[in-house]
Amino acid sequence: MCATCGCSTDNDHAHRHERPFQPAYVPAELKQVSIERDLLARNDVIAGRNRAWLTARDATAFNMVSSPGAGKTTLLERTIRELANGRELLVIEGDQATSRDAERIRAAGARAYQVNTGTGCHLDAQMVATALAALEPARGALVLVENVGNLVCPALFDLGERAKVLLASVTEGDDKPLKYPHMFRAAELVLLSKIDLAPYVPFDRGRFAAAVAEVNPRARILQLSALTGEGMPAWYGWLTDRGGAS
Amino acid sequence: MHELGIAIEIAEVATERARGKRPTRVVIEVGQLTAVLPEALAFAWQAATEGSALGGCELDIVAVAGRGRCRACASELDLVMPFGRCACGGTDLELVAGEELRIRHMEVT
Repeated sequence: MCATCGCSTDNDHAHRHERPFQPAYVPAELKQVSIERDLLARNDVIAGRNRAWLTARDATAFNMVSSPGAGKTTLLERTIRELANGRELLVIEGDQATSRDAERIRAAGARAYQVNTGTGCHLDAQMVATALAALEPARGALVLVENVGNLVCPALFDLGERAKVLLASVTEGDDKPLKYPHMFRAAELVLLSKIDLAPYVPFDRGRFAAAVAEVNPRARILQLSALTGEGMPAWYGWLTDRGGAS
Repeated sequence: MHELGIAIEIAEVATERARGKRPTRVVIEVGQLTAVLPEALAFAWQAATEGSALGGCELDIVAVAGRGRCRACASELDLVMPFGRCACGGTDLELVAGEELRIRHMEVT
């Protein structure tokens, strides 16, 4: 068999293999461009600016996260009415639509800025920068940022806050920390809310605390009810201590 | 949902760095401990680039495995979630790999 073309001739014979190979598509010169850049870099730069901007005013922001309906707005309303530590309290409200929450905050007596994210599922640092510029917090202000109700996406986006505060209510499952570990891991404080409803729901607080400890052993847990006021003083204490000058 | 925003960010960076050339392939790293789903990102990339100058540009997602270091005993362990338990019983882990979310490089023509 001919070793060149595989035909059955034993004899040498002419081959026409000299025709150069011509692919149907000739790629133009490919050039590799090195980028090595963090995908959240743009957000993180703006978050850093927000943080510096706040620090320059002795102001502090906290990023409040939870699933929808955990009671963030109710907690903020009561906090606005009761917290008296001499610092201005401002709220940046993030929702996909409507300004209902900002109206509730204003009715409770605080200045508020409503961000509507449209289809977006989280606040980002630029939205908070815009809100801060509009609100112009007084020196020493406490800025509570109520993020869009969502336990996934907001974990990725630094807003310039000093810490993330996560609200989880007893009407949710006590295994939530294991199901949404990114967010529980990112939080410095976990507020277990709606404890006035604890007698009526099968929520096991011991199991919840164990799940939080497994995902984030450094997180602190406080239990409260923004409806009855139970546990609120410990939250105010945390807010005052942690919100103090850095 | 946030994958679409990330896809748009990749598209913007790629367009900016291509300086008029046509990107054909963008290589990114996604750590397995980030809250970013490669499948959702690939889908979002299609949606974000279709019909644009980046249409047909391939997004190559390199997964980076999760790894933690125990703060109690300093030994390392593999992680599939952003938490875990070390052989010594420790759960206070420092994540040393798996949180990557970066563009490595791209090919232009």
